[in-house]
Amino acid sequence: MFLYIVRRIFQTIPVMIGVTLAVFLMMHLIPGDAAKIMAGENANPEQVEQMRENLGLNDPLYEQYFRFIGNAATGDLGNSIRTSRPVTQEIFDSRFWITVQLAIIGTALAVLFGLIAGIISATRKYSFADVSLMVIALFGLSMPNFWLGIMLIYLFSVNLGWLPVAGWGTWEHMILPAITLGTAGAAIIARMTRSSMLEVLDQDYIRTAYAKGVGDKLVIYKHGLRNALIPVVTVVGLQFGSLLGGAVVTETVFAVNGLGRLIIDSIRAHDFPMVQGTILVCAVLFVVVNTIVDISYRLLNKRVDLN
Amino acid sequence: MDHQPQIETMAVNPARPENSRALRWKSFYKKLAKNKAALAGAFIILVFALLAIFAPLIAPHNPSTFDLPNKLQPPSSDNWLGTDDKGRDILSRILYGSRISLVVGILSTILGALVGIILGIVSGYYGKWVDTLIMRICDVLLAFPGILLALAIVSVLGASTTNVIIAVAFYAIPTFARIVRGSTLTVKKLEYIDAIKAMGARDTRIIFRHILPNIMSPIIVQSTLYIASAIITASALSFLGMGTKPPTPEWGTMLAQGRSYVAQAPHLTIFPGLVILLVVVGFNLFGDGLRDALDPRSKK
Repeated sequence: MFLYIVRRIFQTIPVMIGVTLAVFLMMHLIPGDAAKIMAGENANPEQVEQMRENLGLNDPLYEQYFRFIGNAATGDLGNSIRTSRPVTQEIFDSRFWITVQLAIIGTALAVLFGLIAGIISATRKYSFADVSLMVIALFGLSMPNFWLGIMLIYLFSVNLGWLPVAGWGTWEHMILPAITLGTAGAAIIARMTRSSMLEVLDQDYIRTAYAKGVGDKLVIYKHGLRNALIPVVTVVGLQFGSLLGGAVVTETVFAVNGLGRLIIDSIRAHDFPMVQGTILVCAVLFVVVNTIVDISYRLLNKRVDLN
Repeated sequence: MDHQPQIETMAVNPARPENSRALRWKSFYKKLAKNKAALAGAFIILVFALLAIFAPLIAPHNPSTFDLPNKLQPPSSDNWLGTDDKGRDILSRILYGSRISLVVGILSTILGALVGIILGIVSGYYGKWVDTLIMRICDVLLAFPGILLALAIVSVLGASTTNVIIAVAFYAIPTFARIVRGSTLTVKKLEYIDAIKAMGARDTRIIFRHILPNIMSPIIVQSTLYIASAIITASALSFLGMGTKPPTPEWGTMLAQGRSYVAQAPHLTIFPGLVILLVVVGFNLFGDGLRDALDPRSKK
């Protein structure tokens, strides 16, 4: 087990290197002069040259890359063009934690509702409840989350006045963004849990358990659900990642000052160090979460081939 | 984005002899014709395709003509879905918008699938360092969660419809490459491929004549499902101001414009959103049906 964990962690190193390389190259793939774009339309040649110097764009590419990862390793992702503050400070002061909070609540809602719906559907196959839940899941999966967010605002904030339209801070602020973010995930988890449980409940050992006289609940929850959860865990891990991405849209709809909104504002302002830093942090977080999910496989299922 | 169910484990079923391909297609059509949900999906897609093609003939008004005295009007006999903040007819804008949304969804999927198929086949067929290199590149692309990769690409290339197609296609590449690689590995191990190799067939002939036709099922299913998520991603990018720019009628931009008027004129956001939902449901239903019909493990 220990060896597996070490090997799995080592496997993330090439991915991390690739991620840093891709993020680093972003600035160099901009059509035209990146320094000129960042300095602004009204900048004179001296200001553009100063910008180029500040960003180290005059150095050889490999030198720039090694400096980039060297600095990133010590938590230095450069300074924001827009605010002049260090990128890491802008990210980790509050925005990172807001997005992580939003993604965790969204994932928790997705897992809770997805699992419940999936279990009900699987144990009542082809019943009215099963068909209704799967139709709801199909719509949840197909619904653009920015539209769902606007509709929730219209219903619960504008019409009913129950919840705030925008912002972040109290639990009331968290409800609508979390539902918006978690709905697609809940739909995916519900569909996955249903198909996984149906497959497991069809296995010989389940029939054996029934034949031995084990009760319905024990068979479904102890023997069925535990095994059916293994593929669901992967989906949950992937969902956390896509929720990080989905936060970009949700934060824009609900005016939440998280990482997503920071990316959009920075792209609009051509603040590339900030865009690079934010995307790098999200990607690294996603890789870390996926590694943890892979490792947690082992804990759930001893049969997983660790090689 | 990435809402599509994973189909990497879907059986390729290449063990059957090639001359049974016609039989397999027949059984596929039979299964698909019996699947009411898939037929409903196909119907929705067909209707929207026709609406997009014939938009100039069907649209009751010019989608770009301002009619400020009539702005923010609720649905009426003259404007079935009401008017927007510039007095433009929402139904006409939705009809014209379907052209952009469908084209972006389909083109980005074709582009991403083509690159992904080539990378996946090369990776699976040649193996060794080529496989390692391509798969590690895919791992890196997949490390950018959700819409972030598309956003990163748009931030570099600039916001435009063409760049949205490129960005959304890029996101599809690793998914297709992984599926195709897995299927290629399965087919490559079969005896008849060894026999063809022994007869001196060239790699390109083996790949295009014998491997590709046998791995089409998962590619077709994934493509259909990917169009659904591509439409959502492209609309999301436009919604964020990173895609198609106003005044071009596009569903995402229509939602972004209507958002500010949600309290006084909710129809500005309700209808474009409903249309996106309906089209995506259509592609998801059809994709699920295709998967069931093409999966040899599924019962008749």
